Amino acid sequence: MIFTIAARELRSLFLSPLAWSIMAVVEFILAYLYLAQIETFMQIQPRLVGLEGAPGVTGLVVVPLFGSAAIVLLLVVPLVTMRLISEERRAQTISLLFSAPVSMSEIILGKYLGIMAFLLLVLAMIALMPLALLLGGSIDMGMFLSGLLGLTLLLASFAAVGLFMSTLTVQPAIAAVGSFGMLLLLWVLDWAGNAGNGVMNEHVSGILAYLSLLRHYEPLLKGVFDSADVIYYLLFIVFFLGLSVRRLDADRLQH
Amino acid sequence: MYNDPMSNDVLVRVEHLFRYYGDICALHDVTFDIGKGEVLGLLGPNGAGKSTTMQILSGNLAPSAGRVWINGIDILDQPKLAKAALGYLPDQPPLYRELTVDEYLNYCARLNRIPRDRRNAAVDKAKQRCGLTEVGARLIGNLSKGYQQRVGIAQAIVHTPALVILDEPTVGLDPIQVREIRALIRELSGEHSVILSTHILPEVQATCDRVQIINKGRLVLNDSIDGLLARMQSSSMLVALRNPPPVLELESLPGVRSVVPLPDGRLRVHYFPDASPAQILVERSVQHGWGLYELTPERMSLEEIFVDITRTEQHAVVTEEAA
Repeated sequence: MIFTIAARELRSLFLSPLAWSIMAVVEFILAYLYLAQIETFMQIQPRLVGLEGAPGVTGLVVVPLFGSAAIVLLLVVPLVTMRLISEERRAQTISLLFSAPVSMSEIILGKYLGIMAFLLLVLAMIALMPLALLLGGSIDMGMFLSGLLGLTLLLASFAAVGLFMSTLTVQPAIAAVGSFGMLLLLWVLDWAGNAGNGVMNEHVSGILAYLSLLRHYEPLLKGVFDSADVIYYLLFIVFFLGLSVRRLDADRLQH
Repeated sequence: MYNDPMSNDVLVRVEHLFRYYGDICALHDVTFDIGKGEVLGLLGPNGAGKSTTMQILSGNLAPSAGRVWINGIDILDQPKLAKAALGYLPDQPPLYRELTVDEYLNYCARLNRIPRDRRNAAVDKAKQRCGLTEVGARLIGNLSKGYQQRVGIAQAIVHTPALVILDEPTVGLDPIQVREIRALIRELSGEHSVILSTHILPEVQATCDRVQIINKGRLVLNDSIDGLLARMQSSSMLVALRNPPPVLELESLPGVRSVVPLPDGRLRVHYFPDASPAQILVERSVQHGWGLYELTPERMSLEEIFVDITRTEQHAVVTEEAA
């Protein structure tokens, strides 16, 4: 049942030009950044040769690429997730799901899987760029995979927030603005932590920093795999999916 | 029997349903049953609570109070089980405009857990019943309103549910399509129970076994079509006489309550219920040479009954509030 809903979601996404244009734009921007990064690497490579423990191509090309991908996708994911529930509400197709023998969790999980399938496609296309380096050299596979895992978890979290925001409203645009604001806030929470001394108490800023999405992404990007970071993301996703189910359930109660 | 929701001939039981939207009471103590294979018409003016009732029956809306059983299963306790037995067409058909009719119906069949080997047959049957066989490959968004409505109905019956809920199924259709849809609803009865809402009275006459009139959230009439027709027997008739006697003489006939001369020379004779003076009138006419040439029993139209019932109900409410 979950897969039926997911498949429909994915199909509808690709039947509209939105999915295609998003893929094209993301790919174009990241390809530009990737090539620019390679250019830089080529320039400084001769100077790095002599240095002990100098960063390799993975550190200088792949890590920045994944770093920028996170920012670009933060802007883009709300646009894909905005229609998930709100559009069904607006077109009143949601009653099809509500009167079918399907539970609220199945609806939410189906929607989430559908959107994740799309985002994983985007991710696969991004991952192809560093993998292209294998044609002419070698990359640090551990670092690459850890970064890819980080980006996947990050995207999954973005999608969970976007889905939740979409359950809150009838207007897709509001869902998009809401999830974008929320994601950006969760991203920059970290800054309060960095600027910790002064206005905010050390403790509070520490907690805020810990909640930041960015704080848990950076270690993975650098190739440091800490299960705490992975669990943070998983909890984050479960939390927002749970909220979405609750919200959808409440649809029948109030109006 | 009332405490046994599993009784054999009752498919749906609705008990003491209340629904509030904020302070507005949309449904007030609605109780009714739907028998197996029965077509029930829900009649009422706009905003009477028809759609609310149907949304609650279909599990799209939770009631503020009250219970609904479908096939003996409480829709709030076990929504998945109860919903497997119903198909619902909301007032706006829930269509994905970017899918073709086939894709869409296939998706609906999957959602309703029709096994893979029976899915195509079910979709074909629904398409054939709703006259959609030729448009299967077309995009729903490109279909006319009438066809979209049919796709909506096909969606509601694709899994051959025990209960089909149709919210204003013939709105926006041309007369021929309306006739076809009505025929389809008649065809569905027997095998399925159907509840349909409408504010078009002839539709109820054409399709339903039983009628419920709902007004301002209250059920004001629950009757069979025959019962409704009996109510339509009014207690008056039109009489035309060539040599009419004085009105007083007519009023003195047994059973006659009053006689009102009409501008065209005819007379409207009101009589007490079950005491039609037609026979006496004819006899007297022959005796006295009144020259009777027309005698028409008057029938209240469904419209008049409807207005009558809803108006008396309003009166009752007003006096209740005044008291």
